Amino acid sequence: MIVQAIMFYVFAAVAIAAGVMVVSARNPVHSVLFLILAFFNGAGLFVLMGAEFLAMILVIVYVGAVAVLFLFVVMMLDVDFAELRSGFIRYLPVGALVGFMLLAELVLVFGSWVIAPGVAGVEAAPLPTGAIVPTNTRALGDLLYTRYVFAFQVSGVILLVAMIGAIVLTLRHRVGTRRQSIPAQLARTRTQSVAVVKVPVGSGVSGRGN
Amino acid sequence: MAIGLAHYLTVAAILFTLGIFGIFLNRKNVIIILMSVELMLLAVNINFVAFSVALHDLVGQVFAMFVLTVAAAEAAIGLAILVVYFRNRGTIEVEDVNMMRG
Repeated sequence: MIVQAIMFYVFAAVAIAAGVMVVSARNPVHSVLFLILAFFNGAGLFVLMGAEFLAMILVIVYVGAVAVLFLFVVMMLDVDFAELRSGFIRYLPVGALVGFMLLAELVLVFGSWVIAPGVAGVEAAPLPTGAIVPTNTRALGDLLYTRYVFAFQVSGVILLVAMIGAIVLTLRHRVGTRRQSIPAQLARTRTQSVAVVKVPVGSGVSGRGN
Repeated sequence: MAIGLAHYLTVAAILFTLGIFGIFLNRKNVIIILMSVELMLLAVNINFVAFSVALHDLVGQVFAMFVLTVAAAEAAIGLAILVVYFRNRGTIEVEDVNMMRG
């Protein structure tokens, strides 16, 4: 129990510190790396809560895909980041004001908030209990592939649309690149592409216009 | 001392506020704004999982997974738009995005 508490405080503190660094780092590459650190610690919090599958998904999807995508874009775009930070101090007061107002509202909500008394009886999908408890992954899969199968497929369609959209947005046909044109290849005839040349003795075929 | 629901909600609230703060602080840099949005979605996911465990209900984790999916799609589309915008304008300042047409 005490180990859990210590781990919670370590994960939470590192996650929050990494979050602070994400929004305040001078170099966007450092921001991405701190975002990765924050996601790792979020995954640690998930493990502490008992959601192992989501923790691993978080590591795979965020650290493995999204953060690498961010890193790729940051390094691909040749941006003058020092110039982009010129309004940093100017926006600090209003940002701090909004942030503290939101935090105060959240504190007020948490302070006056209780779980409704009858909520224990109306769970949509209770966590498995009993002698043999299935793993978190299995319980999640049982629910996801039965009751939420349509939502699952819709999320697959969303990912497909996102993939096609990203490709269509960033695809660029450069002028001057030579591509294979299959219709042009198939439409070639012998008369267009083959010529019988009479080669005189002593001189080559070069310089005769082909 | 036992770590309960309130602890996780506090962490999530602080992370969410940091995300909002980051959007206001880096108003010119779209990449940092997108990262702040990812931070806010992480906070939302922590909330989902914390309530799921506290209320003994697995649906919260299912929906946390859907949030994760949508966040990944959003990041891909957002970065693609960013790349196209940079290609057209040569900068990623968002102060004058309202001029983006044609």
